Amino acid sequence: MPLSEPLHQAGEHPRDYARLWKERSGGKVVGYFCSYTPQELISAARALPFRIWSSGADISRADSHLQAYSCSLVRGALEDALAGRLDFLDGAAFPHTCDSIMRLSDIWRMNTHFGFHADLVMPVKLNTDSAAEYMTAVLHRFRSDLEKGLGVNITDQRLHEAIQDWNRVRRLLGSLYARRAGDPSSLGAAELHQVFRAAMVMEPRASARALEALIHSLPAAKPDRRPAGVPIILSGGLCGMPDIHQVVEAAGGRVVWDDFCTGARYFEGLVDESEEPVAALARRLLTRVVCPAKHTGIHSRGHYLLDKVRQQGARGVVFLYLKFCDPHAFDHPYLKAMLDEEGIPSMLIEVEDATGAEGQLRTRLEAFMEMV
Amino acid sequence: MGEDGRVLDPDREKRKIKADKRMREIMAEYYIEAKTPREQRGKPIAWITSGGPVEPLHVMDVIPVYPENYGAMIGASKMGVGLCETAEEMGYSRDLCSYARADIASATVNGGPIGGLPEPDMLICCNNICGTVLKWYEVQARYFNVPLFIFDTPITHTRFDDDMRRYVKRQSKEYIAFLERVCGKPFDQDRMKVVGELSLEGQALWQEILETTMHKPAPMTCFDAFFHLAMIVTLRGTQTAVDYYKMLLAEMRERVAQGIGMLAEEKYRLVWDNIPIWYRMRWLSEKFMARSACLVADTYTSGWTGWLPGADRNDFLGFMGESYARIFLNSGTDLMAENILRMVEKYHADGVVFHSNRSCKPYSLGQYDIQRIVQEKMGIPTLMIEADMVDERSFAESQIDTRIDAFIEMLG
Ligand code: SF4
Ligand code: SF4
Repeated sequence: MPLSEPLHQAGEHPRDYARLWKERSGGKVVGYFCSYTPQELISAARALPFRIWSSGADISRADSHLQAYSCSLVRGALEDALAGRLDFLDGAAFPHTCDSIMRLSDIWRMNTHFGFHADLVMPVKLNTDSAAEYMTAVLHRFRSDLEKGLGVNITDQRLHEAIQDWNRVRRLLGSLYARRAGDPSSLGAAELHQVFRAAMVMEPRASARALEALIHSLPAAKPDRRPAGVPIILSGGLCGMPDIHQVVEAAGGRVVWDDFCTGARYFEGLVDESEEPVAALARRLLTRVVCPAKHTGIHSRGHYLLDKVRQQGARGVVFLYLKFCDPHAFDHPYLKAMLDEEGIPSMLIEVEDATGAEGQLRTRLEAFMEMV
Repeated sequence: MGEDGRVLDPDREKRKIKADKRMREIMAEYYIEAKTPREQRGKPIAWITSGGPVEPLHVMDVIPVYPENYGAMIGASKMGVGLCETAEEMGYSRDLCSYARADIASATVNGGPIGGLPEPDMLICCNNICGTVLKWYEVQARYFNVPLFIFDTPITHTRFDDDMRRYVKRQSKEYIAFLERVCGKPFDQDRMKVVGELSLEGQALWQEILETTMHKPAPMTCFDAFFHLAMIVTLRGTQTAVDYYKMLLAEMRERVAQGIGMLAEEKYRLVWDNIPIWYRMRWLSEKFMARSACLVADTYTSGWTGWLPGADRNDFLGFMGESYARIFLNSGTDLMAENILRMVEKYHADGVVFHSNRSCKPYSLGQYDIQRIVQEKMGIPTLMIEADMVDERSFAESQIDTRIDAFIEMLG
């Protein structure tokens, strides 16, 4: 089923979408890295939060700033910035996550001229009182950085509305995901992938409208039909994300859940709309599904993965990592061991670049599906 | 004749640092105590990151052990590749930090020059040096099943603000509470004063020692500093370190007074950036020496002195968090560039040698920009060596050899 025009356009050509949005609304665009960025605050500043990932273009300019041992997301994003492909940005926000993003922030600040630059130096451990207090303080600071940097006033009222808008988007993504996991034929894998990409760059009200329309138009689930394909969970962090759902399905699998920051980690956990808004934002960041660059306990991610395997009846897990991504690479041996103990087969795919990896993946995935 | 019957070069003998012997003894004693069986040793053991707040451990009679120091020893004894390969067989990617890989492997096979580190009773991880240590210590916390304390130190990209200050201050208290719980005894504030003083004194002495190389000829090179660094890392906060550094400083001053340099001829003065290439220290040192190039200072060993100015001697715990949070590695790339520029001036350096260390992203990413800044602002030649501190597989000797030669030519 073809997607509606806005979702298709934003998913397929995110940079064109942002340019057009800017032209039409006269608003500002703030690029951001990582799902720990509170887009709500950017929206409340009347700017468009635009998730940056690499366009996949050849690297030439970034090579004089970043060594070859940094991941392709970091290198690709810098390349895009230096080559002028992100000319529509009015600034960028860098939440503290991995070492590579941390240095990218410095290099970006020193070599680009977008105007606004924000470091959200968030806590790395999230499970103590002092970390919670500090997280809240970081968000307050980001709020005033945005106000100063973009010359706006972020009222509580605006923030509250932005929280509602983004909650709506998250809810809709969640229900779309659930609907589709039950009946993958209802929406193609390529389309699902596009919807996610779109939701990470679109203005939230527009994306909520488009998502609602999409869900309405989906054919009703047929409860008597058992969906085909081996139920699989994806785990990892392709910050740039190739069309992995499609590849898995073509190889005979069916994605029932994922642990991607560009997937379920992005929509799981809502912001409490009844609480003071900044405190509520902080709470969501502290309690949402944790990324490997943050700490809530030494087994958090393993338990989460096992729970999801059980809940979703998955028969295998596919780990998908970007080469040179340290946080994920460190977690893999223990996650695999925990799955092994439960008799859940898993496989690891490491790709150099997020784009164009489909061909080589297909054969390996087919072999895995047969084994499962 | 030397112990092994080789004929010694009298000129080289004269230039040798006498304190080296004492240093080796102290380090041996330290590891012997740590490796004594638990029942005889009595004291618990903490594994701690190299830039971690160690002083409270001394107050609590806990023996701090540094996997990174051991990583350096593993590298220097050329046992790095074997252990890294073991870690890779365990599923750890070859792209991960080689200290981490060596340590993770060594823990399971009792590897390395002293047959493995003693098992920890607790783990103290301070992320002021990198995010890698967080993941690495999580691995060890699962493996040894012991309590893990994370001292979370926000980076100063451009500013260190009051929120950060409050966060690290609160964590100092949490750290003490953690130690009291794990050790089962109260924290002694009076002893903290003493240990704090010793720590600051040790750092001040270490700084003075490093500064003796401002003198021409330099009484030692950064390769000597890499060796003597082990003391400020592992025994910071002890009388032993203070006594030793007093002795070393006296020797350095004596050398300065007598005009004894480490090199027979000191034609060029250079600054080194990043962690040493442990398995090629000798080779590199001789390579530069043969070309009369003296590495007079480095960003690495001075990393353990950076927080002296902000210290409040009456309230060690009060400033400890901020001091540890604000070490130079935990700051923005442009601040790191300024640090090198200051060094070039202070030590009258003619060039800078960068080690682009694929193990260490926070130290290495940004170096290309720093290199450009140094070239632009100081107009001096620079050299970038792509390698790894412990994993010898990433060292292309002939290529590096040629590049060093070309670099020295540029120095004129
Ligand atoms: S892929 Fe990994 S290394 Fe790259 S930006 Fe994301 S978390 Fe960092
Ligand atoms: S990544 Fe760098 S700072 Fe961190 S442990 Fe490894 S060498 Fe040390």
